[in-house]
Amino acid sequence: MTSAVRRRFVLAIPWLWVTLVLFAPLLLVLKISFATAQISVPPYSEFFARTDGVIVGIQATLANYALMFSDALYVKAYLGSVKIAAISTVIALLLGYPMAYAIARARPERRGLLLVLVMLPFWTSFLVRIYAWQTLLRPTGLINSALETLGLIDAPLRMLNTPGAVCLGIVYAYLPFMVLPLYARLEKLDPALLEAAADLGAKPWRAFLSVTLPLSLPGVLAGCLLVFIPAVGEYVIPELMGGPDTLMIGKILWTEFFNNRDWPLASAVTVILLIVLVAPIMLFQAVQARASRSP
Amino acid sequence: MAPVLRIDAVTKRFGAVVAVDDVSIDIGANECVALLGASGCGKTTLLRIMAGLEQPDSGRVFIGDDDVTAAPPYARPVNMMFQSYALFPHMTVHENVAFGLKQDGIKGAELTVRADEALKAVELGDLGARKPHQLSGGQRQRVALARCIAKRPRVLLLDEPMAALDKHLRERTQLELLALRKRLGISFVVVTHDQGEAMAMADRVAVMENGRILQLAPPRDLYERPANIQVARFFGDINVWNGVARSDGAVEIAHLGITVAVDGKHVPGESVAVALRPERIAVAPVGGPGLRGRIEDLVYLGSGTTYFVRTPLGGVVRVLAPNTGTPFAHGESVTLTWPAAALMVLAP
Amino acid sequence: MKPARSVLIAGLIFLYLPLLVVLIYSFNASRLVTVWTGFSTTWYGELFADRQILAAAGNSLIVAVLSASLATVIGTSAGLAFARFGSFRGRALLTGAMAAPLVLPEVIAGISLLLLFVALEQTFDWMPGRGLTTLVIAHASFTMSYVAVIVQARLSGTDRDLEEAAADLGAKPFTVFRAITLPMLRPALVSGWLLAFILSLDDLVISSFVAGPQSTTLPMVVFSSIRLGVSPKINALATILIVITLAALAAAAWIGLSRQKRRALQP
Repeated sequence: MTSAVRRRFVLAIPWLWVTLVLFAPLLLVLKISFATAQISVPPYSEFFARTDGVIVGIQATLANYALMFSDALYVKAYLGSVKIAAISTVIALLLGYPMAYAIARARPERRGLLLVLVMLPFWTSFLVRIYAWQTLLRPTGLINSALETLGLIDAPLRMLNTPGAVCLGIVYAYLPFMVLPLYARLEKLDPALLEAAADLGAKPWRAFLSVTLPLSLPGVLAGCLLVFIPAVGEYVIPELMGGPDTLMIGKILWTEFFNNRDWPLASAVTVILLIVLVAPIMLFQAVQARASRSP
Repeated sequence: MAPVLRIDAVTKRFGAVVAVDDVSIDIGANECVALLGASGCGKTTLLRIMAGLEQPDSGRVFIGDDDVTAAPPYARPVNMMFQSYALFPHMTVHENVAFGLKQDGIKGAELTVRADEALKAVELGDLGARKPHQLSGGQRQRVALARCIAKRPRVLLLDEPMAALDKHLRERTQLELLALRKRLGISFVVVTHDQGEAMAMADRVAVMENGRILQLAPPRDLYERPANIQVARFFGDINVWNGVARSDGAVEIAHLGITVAVDGKHVPGESVAVALRPERIAVAPVGGPGLRGRIEDLVYLGSGTTYFVRTPLGGVVRVLAPNTGTPFAHGESVTLTWPAAALMVLAP
Repeated sequence: MKPARSVLIAGLIFLYLPLLVVLIYSFNASRLVTVWTGFSTTWYGELFADRQILAAAGNSLIVAVLSASLATVIGTSAGLAFARFGSFRGRALLTGAMAAPLVLPEVIAGISLLLLFVALEQTFDWMPGRGLTTLVIAHASFTMSYVAVIVQARLSGTDRDLEEAAADLGAKPFTVFRAITLPMLRPALVSGWLLAFILSLDDLVISSFVAGPQSTTLPMVVFSSIRLGVSPKINALATILIVITLAALAAAAWIGLSRQKRRALQP
């Protein structure tokens, strides 16, 4: 086997795979977003119109897209998702940056342990973690009963089923994804740079703003994208922690698909969601590609 | 005698960069050749082409009479000692040394014997059971060496063999490598950026720049008869004077106000670069024939002193004098002399 | 910097407090989740008597083992290609396609994979009704990205010298791979497989789309019971999941630490 043949063989595995499980499925979503829902198996109209098995034309409709732009529900849900994801990302950054910084500046033999402590919740069940917050936040939950026992409040606070609870859930679930790339950047930062800045007269805060922060920006970007992009499409957190007034597109998609069995409409929702996310995803890929080139 | 390894008009490009540019070189039996140059001059690429780790874009590589240009690295009777040593971290020292032998189908008792032999040759006979990370830097280098020589290659390729060693270890290792080469009777090709190392180890040195060989010659010739200014400058400090040939064949150096007789025929009016090593110039108190000047600057070096002498017409001559007599002082007037044979004519 | 350290401590409390509460209340005798009435292991007993949960746990384990293995094969070949093949045609596209599942919202992956499986069923009558196989493929479709990242990180760097040295010493390409590359990759393969295993075990959204009626997984059961209202059984199940993860990680950390210690002996 020559080296060219070997290369082709090794490359064929990932190429075939991403064609099967990424490219083909996304194209199918696009195709079905132009179909009409109907009661059949599968529950959508055929893309090609056939007479006696012969293709005589295509039956595509833009009705699903038209509905999304005419019904305010969908636009609100997209905007709501982006807003909640953005707020959560900023909170996660404000919390995650000092955490990553403190780990990177800890004694070397402690860094590993601290990093494991931050990552550990990620390895435990996602559902369990969200469920844990439910038990804490519900009206009869621990926080409310504690506050009532202490006499600080008379009636339980409404914490669960609010947009705030959704943000909290997202920050909680995605915090490790923020800390990890930030830590990777901050740990590589040469402490001599900060010493040089101090030596040249920069106070610690100034040195941070003019040396540490700019050099850690790629980590900030990677961390923010790793939180923001999946958060926009999040379903479980708004379902379990958000109220009926918390509109997020992941929930809409789920409802259209499972409850209304309108697969074409759900596909159209997916296509628009992908279009919303295409810019951040491309940005993330650029960051990834650069990171993979410079080890 | 036929060369053991022959590089014939080899060129290698990486994108727009020509790493090796039409290089030809023969490595004789039992010879040590050094490839010397600054980083990026193409010396390592040339070595990797010899090993088969890079394919040349054009040109041919021969080992003995066999054309091995297209042969993969594992099918060539040459072995390379990597700069990083590239010891397999998951194998013991003995397993590392035996690895190459196993690939040749050597098994059982012979395998053990030959690996032990190689380890003994580098004086590591009792460390076979260790893992590479349990060794010192010098010991690791020996393992890498043993791993190569166990295969009894026709040519041993060494990529910056001393780069990872302490300074005091280098000199000893150089001598040991030379002794080993004599005992084994194999040819060496050594890549290095250190001219001292090249001169100490090699029978011939190829000075490289921008992918080309500037000069390939024994160390003494490179120092005393450099082909051009770049080579001359590579081997220590040197005075280079630009002059014009006169009708009688002598060369007039205007900025010093002197005329010197040199070897070779020169057309009248032709510009000629003349070079003179600082240590070949004698410095004496004013008086007698010679080039006059004033000491403008001096650097004390222990065994000698470097004087920078300003001549009346404004030129500066660099002189290296041994610290044997009375030292000269700042501003003192002196006379400089040199034997005519010390003058070298360089290609422009 | 002092303030950063305080935030770190606060952040860690934020991360662990909810888990701790679940752990404690799993031993609560009361049916009410918020009132502590005494220590009891009743809910663990009930949990192990629940056939539906046990069957779902079995499904989850089978899917996790198979999908992690599939993801390791695919992720490793992609990681190898990225780290060793230099530039090849379509490299940027493949890089993007391999990295996309790291951020792609789960609902998108879920719906698109389901449509794929439906189309395959329509066209080739393949996997009618869906089941564990579709789950395995769907899980590997995103976990392989994590494996590829880990493998590529492990391979890039100076290790290339080792492969070249082996070739120089006469090893043919397959021998180089078996004797040098694979042993070098082993820690990456182990951690990549483990990560893929855990991610598969944890997946809810994609599974909900592609699972057949007979192939309910553990997160799907947990999710529906959380939605229906809290049962203390879930506290017990959550505690068991936390303990299993901690034990597995402690073992992995212990192996890693002893390796680090050996490495620290290097001068």
